[in-house]
Amino acid sequence: MNADWLARLRHRGATSILPRAGLRHCLLLVAAIASAGTLFAVPAKATTIEHVVSAGGIEAWLVHEPAVPLIAVDFAFAGGAVQDPPGKSGTATLAASLLDSGAGDLDSHAFSDRLERKAIEMSFSAQRDTIRGTMRTLAENRDDAFDLLRLAVTAPRFDAKDVEISRAQILSLLRRETTSPADIASRRWWETAFEGHPYGRPLNGTPETLSSISIADLKSYAHRVLARQNLKIAVVGDIDAETLKPLLDRTFGALPEKPDLVSITNVAPRGLGRRLEVSLDVPQTVVDFGGPGISRQDPDFMAAYLVNHILGGGSSDSRLYQEVREKRGLAYSVSDNLVWLDHAAVLLGGTATRADRAGDTIDLIEKEIRRFADGGPTAGELTEAKKNLNSAFALNLDSSTKIAALLVQLQLDGLDTDYFTRRSTMIEAVTLDDARRVAKRLLDKGLLVTVVGKPQGFASSKPN
Amino acid sequence: MRAGMRLAKILLLTAALAGATSGAAYAGANVSHFTLANGLEVVVVPDHRAPVVTHMIWYKIGAADETPGKSGLAHFLEHLMFKGTEKNPGDTFSREVAEIGGQENAFTASDYTGFFQRVTRDHLREMMALEADRITGLVLTDDVVRPELNVVLEEQNMRVANNPAARLGEQIDAALYLNHPYGRPVIGWRQEIEQLDRDDALAFYRRFYSPNNAVVVVAGDVMADEVKADAEATYGKIADRAEANPRHRPMEPVQEAPRTVTLADMRVEQPSVSRDYLVPSETSAKAGESEALEVLAHVLGSGENCRLYRSLVIDQGLALNAGATYSGTALDYAKFTVFGSPKPGVPLHQLEAAIDAILAELGAHGVTADELDRAKTRLIADAVYAEDNQAALARWYGSALATGQTVEGVRTWPDRIRAVTAEAVQNAARTWLDRRHSVTGYLVKSLQSEEKRS
Repeated sequence: MNADWLARLRHRGATSILPRAGLRHCLLLVAAIASAGTLFAVPAKATTIEHVVSAGGIEAWLVHEPAVPLIAVDFAFAGGAVQDPPGKSGTATLAASLLDSGAGDLDSHAFSDRLERKAIEMSFSAQRDTIRGTMRTLAENRDDAFDLLRLAVTAPRFDAKDVEISRAQILSLLRRETTSPADIASRRWWETAFEGHPYGRPLNGTPETLSSISIADLKSYAHRVLARQNLKIAVVGDIDAETLKPLLDRTFGALPEKPDLVSITNVAPRGLGRRLEVSLDVPQTVVDFGGPGISRQDPDFMAAYLVNHILGGGSSDSRLYQEVREKRGLAYSVSDNLVWLDHAAVLLGGTATRADRAGDTIDLIEKEIRRFADGGPTAGELTEAKKNLNSAFALNLDSSTKIAALLVQLQLDGLDTDYFTRRSTMIEAVTLDDARRVAKRLLDKGLLVTVVGKPQGFASSKPN
Repeated sequence: MRAGMRLAKILLLTAALAGATSGAAYAGANVSHFTLANGLEVVVVPDHRAPVVTHMIWYKIGAADETPGKSGLAHFLEHLMFKGTEKNPGDTFSREVAEIGGQENAFTASDYTGFFQRVTRDHLREMMALEADRITGLVLTDDVVRPELNVVLEEQNMRVANNPAARLGEQIDAALYLNHPYGRPVIGWRQEIEQLDRDDALAFYRRFYSPNNAVVVVAGDVMADEVKADAEATYGKIADRAEANPRHRPMEPVQEAPRTVTLADMRVEQPSVSRDYLVPSETSAKAGESEALEVLAHVLGSGENCRLYRSLVIDQGLALNAGATYSGTALDYAKFTVFGSPKPGVPLHQLEAAIDAILAELGAHGVTADELDRAKTRLIADAVYAEDNQAALARWYGSALATGQTVEGVRTWPDRIRAVTAEAVQNAARTWLDRRHSVTGYLVKSLQSEEKRS
């Protein structure tokens, strides 16, 4: 069972520890990890990336770090929820939740028992473009852990009883999402921006689509997507290259060489300039806003990354944070992120504000974005942002699991191991003119805004 | 809220791990601990894998130390600590952190308030100087206090008012503690937050923020002697100004009556039941008791093969989820929680009865040698996994010391878990899972529908 679901099913939403500032939008794994990815600047002494190729041709990026006796593995198969069959959205999510629920000769009970006895952690999740997996083990249990991982990716069982438990858990989440303002705002945004495209479908499906998924669908999905050619792997910890190579072959070697993926068209977000309201009886109004982003391969990407950081990229220095929170106290959190997918790129942000100031808050955000599109950052802001992004790199390299996640993301982004050393130069190369031009390019096209709650002073635009 | 839930999840996981792994098998061996002349305690946890440090200051002051009627003040002050000092006005500190590519944040709980920065190691001393200045130098004007009060009110909206489960959680806590201030929400009751002002914040600050009421934890690529020199040169210059703070809170009377609370909200699409038992914390427990509760929570409620999940979700098919937690890091009391979310069509009371049967069975017959062994393996492994994250290690040492535990106690945690016997676990269940010391909370769509079902 996917631990993620379990944690979210727990009803106690409150925590007794209150952090001062949190980003409401940890939108996607992609966004979170990608933003971390660009934190690189200074080479870390302990972080030497080896590009390992096994005898069977399986590739992995390895950081050998023997200081702590554990091994973290992170990997991704390209082809996530976008590969859900038509009318069966949620297939990737359901399949991923079941990969560690019984495999090979081990039913789900026996499989979880083997994991728990050795304190091996394994989890899978579906993103829009990938199936993501992680495994963590004490080094002393290395061979058992890789063996269980082999079973999970090459021989998942999808036993009926386990399928029904997982399906019921996801259905429960879907029911909960129907009255959760943040989930409604996000869902409305994606389905409007990408209507008719797989990105417009809900990642976890709908009650109808989820109910229609058969065991054969799950097996077919796994067979189509879990393959060697579309697999990116990172391994960090107490293991060296020569030990890893045969383990890679044993673990992943039995997968089909090529995936069988349907081709997905590239798409740009639509509905720009629209404001959509969903009425919900909650004291606080939740707002999502967004527009076109920038592709990871675009030559302007680094400029856009800096521009986004200055506008609302999560720092308390950002313009949106200063204007919305610090000066006016309109919200606890306000931020935006660049989200780059395989077939689209968006800039997506959000806030949550009191109903009687919701209209003012949205107007203020749109005004600030307009002002930023027209004037771009100041020289001072750009310098500060460069310093920040250049220095912050090492913070991301202090745990094996963080490093492993990052190395997979870099591979998915088509970057090479030398990105560590190049990144700083790429940041420094962005000029003020670049930043201003890219601010205009990024923010000039208007926003699609979704609003959930009982906002006042806010006019919803007519559906077109 | 999705992200809110994720955040909550992360914190809950952290809390679970913190409970489970406040022991550090490897870094623990190299931990240094010393006290400056002004009373400030310093803990150094070396981790040389990356050139990074986590620098935290923990004040032994939290929501449970507020004056009645001023709930939310500890948390509000935590927000206001970012408004600048005489020496470093406005957002100088935050700008400095941003410029050097650092991260910063702060947090408040019932027993402590903490501030931290994560920076490359060459900036540690600078952070220490800025944080030392903030112990006594805070300057507040109404111009910055008023908007921040609105920020906190929006935080309350986001975390609590918009979230039925969080509202139920507040009501459960209020019912669980008949006399102790742990019954107050850390963020405060809304009508009391609304009345907080600059004078309240400054009075609280002057009373409690002082070097002799704080613990500094530095984890990362540092040597203890360097940290000590830097600490002397920065924190060492700040005179202590607080009276010794004995932290005597009003304690609980004998609890004699099981309580139930029901929160109904039309937005509840997944009902659930949870029960909190009032139990000893790591600090207030007798020797071995807290460790036994930790193992008990694991056997009952953690992982797919725990008793609650296996029985209720897999074997009986009554629930979508079920489990148990023990959050032991606290000064006076802790909570042992069991919870479950029913499958559609299963009444909450049926699920609750099934949970009770499992608890009764464990009380009557104890745990098997196999269960005990598995739980310990997992908990002790967590101590190794903990070694992989310097910020998490810093949090464990900080939260332990801020709640009256010792560095030695943290260090010996794996051994203490190893020493737990099956008998101790059974005794813990019999002694502490006593309904008279508990509150059962029901989250439902409407009171009528639930009454009809029961």
